[in-house]
Amino acid sequence: MHVVRLAREDDLDGWREAARGLACAGVPADQVLWQVGDASADLFGEATPSFPAGGALSVPKSFMALANRALLHNEPQRWAMLYALLLRVLRQPGLMGDRADPALRRVTMLERQVRRDIHKMRAFVRFRQMQDDDGPRYVAWFEPEHHILRANAGFFTGRFATMRWSILTPLGCLHWDGESLSEGPAASKGDAPSDDPVEAVWQTYYRSIFNPARLMTKAMLSEMPKKYWKNMPETALIPELIAGARGRELEMIERSRPAAAMSPATPEPPSPRPRPDTARRRPADS
Amino acid sequence: MSRLDLAGKLGILADAAKYDASCASSGAQKRDSKGGKGIGSTTGSGICHAYTPDGRCISLLKILLTNACIFDCHYCINRKSSNTRRARFTAKEVVELTLDFYRRNYIEGLFLSSGIIQSPDYTMEQIVEVARSLRQDHHFRGYIHLKTIPDADPALIHAAGVHADRVSINIELPTREGLTRLAPEKSEPRIEGAMDGMKTAILDGKDARKRYRHAPRFAPSGQSTQMIVGADAATDRDIVGRASGLYQRFALKRVYYSAFSPIPDASAVLPLKRPPLMREHRLYQSDWLMRFYGFAPAEVQAAANDNGMLPLDIDPKLAWALKFRDAFPVDVNRAPREMLLRVPGLGTRAVKNILAARRHRSLTLADVGRMTTSIIKLRPFLIAADWRPVALADREDLSALVKPKSVQLELF
Repeated sequence: MHVVRLAREDDLDGWREAARGLACAGVPADQVLWQVGDASADLFGEATPSFPAGGALSVPKSFMALANRALLHNEPQRWAMLYALLLRVLRQPGLMGDRADPALRRVTMLERQVRRDIHKMRAFVRFRQMQDDDGPRYVAWFEPEHHILRANAGFFTGRFATMRWSILTPLGCLHWDGESLSEGPAASKGDAPSDDPVEAVWQTYYRSIFNPARLMTKAMLSEMPKKYWKNMPETALIPELIAGARGRELEMIERSRPAAAMSPATPEPPSPRPRPDTARRRPADS
Repeated sequence: MSRLDLAGKLGILADAAKYDASCASSGAQKRDSKGGKGIGSTTGSGICHAYTPDGRCISLLKILLTNACIFDCHYCINRKSSNTRRARFTAKEVVELTLDFYRRNYIEGLFLSSGIIQSPDYTMEQIVEVARSLRQDHHFRGYIHLKTIPDADPALIHAAGVHADRVSINIELPTREGLTRLAPEKSEPRIEGAMDGMKTAILDGKDARKRYRHAPRFAPSGQSTQMIVGADAATDRDIVGRASGLYQRFALKRVYYSAFSPIPDASAVLPLKRPPLMREHRLYQSDWLMRFYGFAPAEVQAAANDNGMLPLDIDPKLAWALKFRDAFPVDVNRAPREMLLRVPGLGTRAVKNILAARRHRSLTLADVGRMTTSIIKLRPFLIAADWRPVALADREDLSALVKPKSVQLELF
């Protein structure tokens, strides 16, 4: 049994290095134990990493693209799954085109969930402004589901290049001082500022842009699951907006009826709404 | 009347803007603010930063500069004769609000529209000034969508296109009769003339970029439009025809549909009802069929019932398949891409994966199942290595087999 010890949860280089050596030596997937950090090794494993230094291997580009994302997943078996897939791809390079293959599909599902987490982080991070000696600094608290923090840094440095900002997470932090990026240890929610006066203005916007006559909570939930709510200031309004929606809609309809005063009209039943799974359009394209 | 503070104005001017359906921030060329002095980036794919309980995405700060208006369009909350409360932002206020929201990662950018005050030119000038200031004074590299006013000076409309990623002009209603009755001050020829001018300017801009690398970009995400559904007598067949004509003639990126929705202080001409959301949804699906599934407009129209309306209980692709059963079943291992795209339940990604996978193996129904969400709907229309729908497509009650069983109402 070979034991590979990876430096971090997102140690893509470590995995690639080890996988290359093991594959060159023809080590089968069930003979490798993958571990992150100092976690205690399997009782029957060899204590030291014992794979040979790797030679050159060629795999389709699409495999590396898939692996680089899927390996950021929090699934503990991901290293082994990707190594097993690597061995098959080396024998059968066309495998990457066969989306009906069950193992490839499982890895693709991991990759898709990671991609979604990356996208949702870009969408749902909320900075709060604070002041220090050098002026304004923007700090966010965010809880990603997978190990995507480093992989997502480029988006934030590209967009907020001229701001000083930090993104704090339970697994580590990113700090940008306007010129370079540094990393910090795990943080807690209390390390981020607890308020920002602009959030009240943002809530005003959120409340006003909502159309009560179009209530479709399931569509909202499928794109913005509740697990993200706790770190988004606007979501505190959702219960009251939903509770008041039907009444506001009926009142508008009622007031437009010329003879409304004469007879209280029976309200129309709720019209069928598109199901959220089919109503989902491409991101930001509706 | 008490003076409104910024949040008070925002409440009014966002409320007045919510009937515009578009919030897209996709399609921009990639840019960021690395090494620059400004702020912002666009990634090309757009990001929804929040969702409201109506299921709609918040990507852009979508507001009006003012909700005062000299026009009296019956469907509009901001029409002259409505006694809704009026407010007006200065250009500077909009610029600062946009930047404040952007820095906190609430939005991708700004979608600015306006009621018409004083004159179309004056209004357009104010809109352009916001975009100019964002781009030039603050080096803002986020997304900007400007609504342009058909009657404004072409030079102003051109200036809008220089600063904005996307520009749009609303066609408002699918029929000319509807427009005449409900928006008496607007004119179809003027709206279409402005769209045509915009199309030419966008094409000229693209052409100049080919010759001169540093030629200014002009509305790189193109132009879009919106029409209101359910306020006039237009059928779905009319609307599909109108939309496809607009796509062809003016090279539009998108036609948005907005189900006519109750507004406070409505006009007596238009009694209010619940918005036809399902109808709007079916129209978007038909739009998808034309843009991504290779359906000709006439084919989508053929999926409509005798009264010209698309069925509400099934999607238009399934409706077409049930009407034209001769085209099925389709052999998943042999059929060309165009035919696979016609199979109800197969999306564009599934078709792409099927085409790639079948080079490696003869696909069974289970293989197809791994590439789609469900095979229940598509089984009657498909032949696979281990599956042949025995005369299923000929059964009279086929639609009963594939239709959703019942409509579940939302309880609130």
